[in-house]
Amino acid sequence: MKLTKAEKDILAGAGGEVKRKAMETVVRYGDTFGATRLAPIDHNLHMVTSMGIPLLTPVFELMDELIAAGIRLERPFTVDPRPVDYSTLNVSPLKKIVFRIMYGKQAAYEKQLEKIGLKDSNAFTCACYLDEVGNIPKKGDILAWSESSAVIYANSVLGARSNRNSGLIELLCGIVGRAPEFGFLTDRGRMADWVIEVKASKTPEAQVLGSAIGMKVMEDVPYILGLDGHLGGNLTQEVKDYLKDMGAAMASNGAVGLYHIDRLTPEAREKKKSLVKKKARTYVIDDAELERVYRAYPLMWKKPDARPKLCFIGCPHLSLAQVRSWLSRIEDALSRRGRRSVAVRTVLTTAPDVAAAFMRENGASARLRRAGLSLSSICPLMYMNNPLCGREPVITNSNKLRTYTTARYYRDGDILDIIAGGRAK
Amino acid sequence: MKKTFKGRAIIPGEWTGTCVVSRQGMNTLASFQKGALAGKKTIHCSDQNNPDLYGKALTGVAVCLPKTIGSTTGGMVLQTVAARGVGPAALLFSERIDSLAAGGVILAKVWNDTSVVTVDGLGDEFLRHVRDGMTVRIEPDGTVVAG
Repeated sequence: MKLTKAEKDILAGAGGEVKRKAMETVVRYGDTFGATRLAPIDHNLHMVTSMGIPLLTPVFELMDELIAAGIRLERPFTVDPRPVDYSTLNVSPLKKIVFRIMYGKQAAYEKQLEKIGLKDSNAFTCACYLDEVGNIPKKGDILAWSESSAVIYANSVLGARSNRNSGLIELLCGIVGRAPEFGFLTDRGRMADWVIEVKASKTPEAQVLGSAIGMKVMEDVPYILGLDGHLGGNLTQEVKDYLKDMGAAMASNGAVGLYHIDRLTPEAREKKKSLVKKKARTYVIDDAELERVYRAYPLMWKKPDARPKLCFIGCPHLSLAQVRSWLSRIEDALSRRGRRSVAVRTVLTTAPDVAAAFMRENGASARLRRAGLSLSSICPLMYMNNPLCGREPVITNSNKLRTYTTARYYRDGDILDIIAGGRAK
Repeated sequence: MKKTFKGRAIIPGEWTGTCVVSRQGMNTLASFQKGALAGKKTIHCSDQNNPDLYGKALTGVAVCLPKTIGSTTGGMVLQTVAARGVGPAALLFSERIDSLAAGGVILAKVWNDTSVVTVDGLGDEFLRHVRDGMTVRIEPDGTVVAG
């Protein structure tokens, strides 16, 4: 890799031992992928590591080294959601004890994050690009982000350029202010290896479509045809929310970091099918294929016919429009069944800034209370990592949550039926 | 039957031991999180979506795989299990290494002085040849003898 004099100086130790190690890590990382240079980072960082799990001692030690060296990022950064929320979730005393052991370093770790430049105490969300949070890169911006759902959104919907960096690699890139130029940072790396032909009779469930694509293409770049017919040609809030959820499923069920949608996403609108590589493979997704994928999800519950005890909606975190929409749809479903409140304890999860904006709306708090819903900024995945929680029959509309935990996935319509007191079709 | 394969040494090293094989991408977080969170001395794969590895011991063995997939905590998870001495001894990729796995093994090397011997680009034939429990010998130049 060709380094500038300033970069070589840091690598030689001119900025101190910690910066030298940060630069060595970034350079070795870039060399592995044939990067030719380090590109200056244009926008604020988003970090994936938000949980103070005592076993992550290498992470805390690395943070201590950074703090001791006086390192603080120039631009304030955001980070993934907190693992626990005792104020809105009804957590039993026993579960609380386990959480306190599991995330015993949470407070100390949050202090470490503050010291190196965390945006503020509301900066904990996986959807940092939501308007209310404001960590929104522009098209073409060079980033070094992690959090798979945020990377794929930034690349695909916003047209920014970030590789799927691992936790801590993103931070070290932020410290040296550079990201190795390879993969999604290059025009070549953004070309599509697959053409996905969506031939569904109705708009596919975002989370199932994303899962099908992710499991098929793994880390490759798909160019999706036929979806604009369902979603339209504009990135409205509703469409962006659909793409957020679809992308999160692609990234977690596979390892996709970038997708293009014909006539919809920024680069596809600009470059059209010239983005598709000549030897691209084709994958056709019709109603039968979506059903096959959905039916193949393993059920990890001890009692497959158990009555659900908890429902999580919002992994990745819901946008403000989604919070409003879910509340209205749940109220309608309850009304149709003659119920006042949900039959299954249900938690809507969103960014702290989005939750605050929603709670400022007239009657929001009363409506949530009436319907028996909780609004939290927790990470459902980290909640489910508590073995006492993981044993419970939890349902979700998140394919990411299904992938990493014992939560059972249901499509949106089924989720509504179940939490309103009915049964899944 | 012994076969020799040549790959690229990402973290060079000499190592001989047994391997486990994943024909599909290994989801690092899903594979290690349960065992790591429980503080186990030997981590068994907890990824329900990986029938090749699910329930098998991943500590101290060579994991043969095409690539890693899943959450971007993957690299940090690899670094952590490596630094705590409960990770795989070696990672042998049939394909080119992915960014998460590369991040993890480099973090472990630079910040924890721990080597997870890592070779990539061993080819599809490598993944077809290796079987669970097979002995693999890894040379510092990226040569892998399996069988």
